[in-house]
Amino acid sequence: MLEIKNLSFAVSEADREKEIIHDLSLTIEDGKFVVITGPNGSGKSTLARLIMGIEKPISGRILFDGEDITELDITERAKRGISFAFQQPVRFKGIRVQDLLRLAAGKNLTVSAACAYLSEVGLCARDYIDREINASLSGGELKRIEIATLLARRTRLSVFDEPEAGIDLWSFQNLIRIFEKMRAEIKDSSIVIISHQERILKIADEIVVLSDGRITRRGRPADILPGLIGRAAPLSVCEKLQ
Amino acid sequence: MVQLDAIQKRLISEIADLHSVPEGAYNFRANSRLAGRNTTANIDIVSKDDGSGIDVRIRPGTKNESVHIPVVISETGIKETVYNDFYIGEDSDVVIVAGCGIDNCGGKDSEHDGVHRFFVGRGAKVKYVEKHYGSGDGRGKRILNPVTECYMDEDSSMEMEMEQIKGVDSTERATRAELKSGARLVVKERLMTHGVQNAVSSYQVDLNGAGATADVVSRSVARDDSTQTFNARITGNAPCSGHTECDSIIMDRGRILAIPSLEANDVDAMLVHEAAIGKIAGDQLIKLRTLGLTEAEAEEQIINGFLR
Repeated sequence: MLEIKNLSFAVSEADREKEIIHDLSLTIEDGKFVVITGPNGSGKSTLARLIMGIEKPISGRILFDGEDITELDITERAKRGISFAFQQPVRFKGIRVQDLLRLAAGKNLTVSAACAYLSEVGLCARDYIDREINASLSGGELKRIEIATLLARRTRLSVFDEPEAGIDLWSFQNLIRIFEKMRAEIKDSSIVIISHQERILKIADEIVVLSDGRITRRGRPADILPGLIGRAAPLSVCEKLQ
Repeated sequence: MVQLDAIQKRLISEIADLHSVPEGAYNFRANSRLAGRNTTANIDIVSKDDGSGIDVRIRPGTKNESVHIPVVISETGIKETVYNDFYIGEDSDVVIVAGCGIDNCGGKDSEHDGVHRFFVGRGAKVKYVEKHYGSGDGRGKRILNPVTECYMDEDSSMEMEMEQIKGVDSTERATRAELKSGARLVVKERLMTHGVQNAVSSYQVDLNGAGATADVVSRSVARDDSTQTFNARITGNAPCSGHTECDSIIMDRGRILAIPSLEANDVDAMLVHEAAIGKIAGDQLIKLRTLGLTEAEAEEQIINGFLR
């Protein structure tokens, strides 16, 4: 269980502190699939980075399975069982896809096991396993490899920052199937997704709506979605253009 | 038969991945003396009359054969310059593995300067692998100053992998190549310096014939207080294409000077250079830490990958 208590975060901007997250409290129960949504600049990605320890709060506490992890760094949180998929995955010269999957699994991974993770995300394993994670991979390919690293990690809490961005050509059904499979296979595992996508919002156990660093609404999709649909927040760029 | 002690065997395994006597032709040199030699029907190795080095002659048409010429130094205070010439026959296809390992536990400097000349015949294909390695905790320095010259005939090709990852205090590498028409040169250099080491690597590649191509790529890491200079020049004297790239990671108080340069003397010469120096990107460290690695482990993975 993840408990966020009275969390605040600020950045320095032109000689003053600008608060991005204000006194935010949120509990994510075990086995839950929670989607955090809200307009651009509402603090969604910042909240995800605070959970992973990439950003440090100015006040408030974060508890994971009852342990206060506020002062723990990224590595220690990762070892406790939190994983994070970046909105913009990082490129590495020389590190191959199989190397990253092996590091994610934290053990020697057979080629066939690594291939299985790639197949899950719709990549032909044979073509990718030896590829370097460098500029030769497209944004969409990187994004899928990023998701595969979380599959390999098998942690109790997985945080995805806009996983759907850049994978338009791959079906949402597959992405959703992956999330459902993760829940089924890892006991008591929770998934937190930052997303605007209506199709992802629809399958959530709970939707949390952020605005200006505060939770404005939270509840089941049936209760929350009617108020969101038709507004800008949950729509993709294409949908907005239509 | 090859006679090597434990230190020499360890050096050999570091520089040539050899754990026993290799198949094919070889010439082992240990502490300035010949320690073993084998020749084959197609590959002959003879000492130069004046004792300054060896001539390796590969018959035309020799395919899928290899030559190993490792050098190990385990006594302190040795300083030697060795001249090795390789005559690679037309249409042959061979692998040449060279390399030098120095273990210096003493107080005097040990230095090996290998001057290698390659005369690559028409249509021949050569893969050349060279690894340098140093160990030992003596005050004496481990110094390697290799000179490599390639004279490439028409339609020949040469792939060079040169690696110096550990333990060499001072190195000055000079590589020169002259390519005739249709010849192709690919160089992959990997360099890491630490402590107060200094490394200089310079290339002069002359593309003299139509259709000649060269690709010189160096990746290096400078840690601690070490310094590096990379100086690569490609000259296009004909319709040709050349590319040079220097990509470096700088850490601690390391310093790197990269001087890629191009000279075009023909309107159809297409030459490109790229150079980048920077520290390890913060987001790379963060990504690997989210997988459970410590910062030091993340750094090690990034550098290992970069120098692959």
